[in-house]
Amino acid sequence: MSRKTMLRLGGALISVLTVGGVVVMLLPYFWMVSSSIKTGIEVFDLPIKWIPDEIQWVNYPNALTKGAFGVYFFNSFVVAFAVMAGNLVFCTLAGYGLAKFRFPHRELCFRLILSTLMLPLEIVLVPTFLVVRELGLVNTYGGLIAPLAVDAFGVFLMRQSIRDIPDSLIEAARMDGCSEFGIFWRIILPNCKPALGALALLAFRDNWDQFLWPFIVATTDDLKTFPLGLAQMEGIDSAAYHEIMALAVLGMIPAAFIFLFFQRAFVRGITLTGLKE
Amino acid sequence: MGEVLLEDLTKDFGEVIAVKEVNLTIHDGEFVVLLGPSGCGKTTTLRMIAGLEEITSGRILLDERVLNDVHPRDRDIAMVFQNYALYPHMSVYKNMAFGLKMRKVAKDEIDRKVKSAAGILGIETLLGRYPGKLSGGQRQRVTLGRAIVRDPRVFLFDEPLSNLDAKLRVQTRVELLKLHQHLAATSIYVTHDQVEAMTMGDRIVVMHEGVIQQVGPPMEVYQNPANQFVAGFIGSPAMNFLSATVRFEAGRTFLEGAGFRIPLPTERAGGLAGREGDEIVFGIRPEDMRLGAEGEIEGAVEIIEPVGSDIFLDLSVGGASLTARVESSVRMSQGERVRLHADPARVHAFDPETGVTLV
Repeated sequence: MSRKTMLRLGGALISVLTVGGVVVMLLPYFWMVSSSIKTGIEVFDLPIKWIPDEIQWVNYPNALTKGAFGVYFFNSFVVAFAVMAGNLVFCTLAGYGLAKFRFPHRELCFRLILSTLMLPLEIVLVPTFLVVRELGLVNTYGGLIAPLAVDAFGVFLMRQSIRDIPDSLIEAARMDGCSEFGIFWRIILPNCKPALGALALLAFRDNWDQFLWPFIVATTDDLKTFPLGLAQMEGIDSAAYHEIMALAVLGMIPAAFIFLFFQRAFVRGITLTGLKE
Repeated sequence: MGEVLLEDLTKDFGEVIAVKEVNLTIHDGEFVVLLGPSGCGKTTTLRMIAGLEEITSGRILLDERVLNDVHPRDRDIAMVFQNYALYPHMSVYKNMAFGLKMRKVAKDEIDRKVKSAAGILGIETLLGRYPGKLSGGQRQRVTLGRAIVRDPRVFLFDEPLSNLDAKLRVQTRVELLKLHQHLAATSIYVTHDQVEAMTMGDRIVVMHEGVIQQVGPPMEVYQNPANQFVAGFIGSPAMNFLSATVRFEAGRTFLEGAGFRIPLPTERAGGLAGREGDEIVFGIRPEDMRLGAEGEIEGAVEIIEPVGSDIFLDLSVGGASLTARVESSVRMSQGERVRLHADPARVHAFDPETGVTLV
């Protein structure tokens, strides 16, 4: 077999595997969309009927009447945006400090921050809740947002990105008469845009469908986020999976839209760190 | 004005002493080159002058004003960085204007200065471009432009030509000199390239292990090195060093070793007085020898390196290696035994312990 043929066969194999991977990844989404336009009984039909005989658009408006979903959507937006903004500000500042300033035990600080990545939310849930309660932030937006507003992975991402900016740029700016905050604002931020884009996207995505923390800290209906609203549907009407799926489709739209919008920055930002989450 | 004074300037990084008690006066308008191998402290010295590195002890003065605790932006000093350090997200115009903008200079004044500097450097057509779209030489000019627009009292250059290819380096070197003549501003230039140092500096400051070895005009440093380090560092190919013994015979002084016996003129032998029989290091530059049947140095040709204008011969002299420069017309073959005559006025001798020049 010639080298060219082998290369071609290899390429074809990679394509087949990739397409296979895409199908596996997309199948649940397709199932979700398909279920959202079926009747409640059709959802459980076997063999699975991917496209129903009669499309039930009515599931969507019906589902939205089952709770204050306007409020839940709004809350999710507020929390996701605020957490995203918090991460952009605090992770970048922390990353800048860890990347470019010499101070005692800098590496130790960085490692301590990184080590928190190994602690799942479930472990810090109770202590975090106690702190938030002490601060009187239970059932407030502040309580929903503050504990998530800075994230170790974000600090890591920004530190890696800022570390790649040559020191001489900072020194040149210092000699050019730029203030320390000016250096951060005019030199550092514009030069880590891909990482900022990635961080914004990750923060939004992670917090748009954040369930556990809001579940603990927000008990009143007016502060519930979308995933909480979705979860309570199960309790209201355990057979209404077609409507739950309709809501899930609606809930996916903002995250999908933002991902499409920031995709390029996201990929560039992630490759900057040399790591995947 | 722009007179820089370094007084007992010292910098240590914990255990490592990077710069040790440097004393130096750089006169207004002078072009001084700090020369030395990697890690000799030249860049650290420059960075201390710029204010980018804290001073451990000693003082830096610019026109009698102590700079030790003055912020880099307030020192009236501009620096050209080795890797250009152009802001990648700003156009050439904005890069050049940035320093003035930060100093709140009026917009039309900035515009006038940037365009004037761009004119001097021939980069008017590049003003709208971004650094990423420029060649190495163009970036170098923009970096210079950024320094020029500020009209500083002192220019600092940190190996500015090291990222350019050989041809462009020679060309830019000449342009830098012309620029210096045009601006007549005090310039401190760091390099490890002794050709750059020789061709550009009004004075050369040779540094080694954080200590100044010698300060002087290029030819003086070349011809009268203060010690073996300077002698070996300046000149390409480097000066030859051979072990020798001092001999006094019939009122004359000789440097004697395996394969050579060099008579020294009486007026140059003073430094060897009372050293009869001592081991010293004999030094001679490749160009200070010529072929001759009566030559005092005898060796066998090992390698012949024609470089066009000359030929470099690598000889084995009493087991040691010695390089000699001979005319390109000379025909030699490998293994041939030759004799070389050393120019007595150009013979050097160094103390093997301290490296200090004896002759």
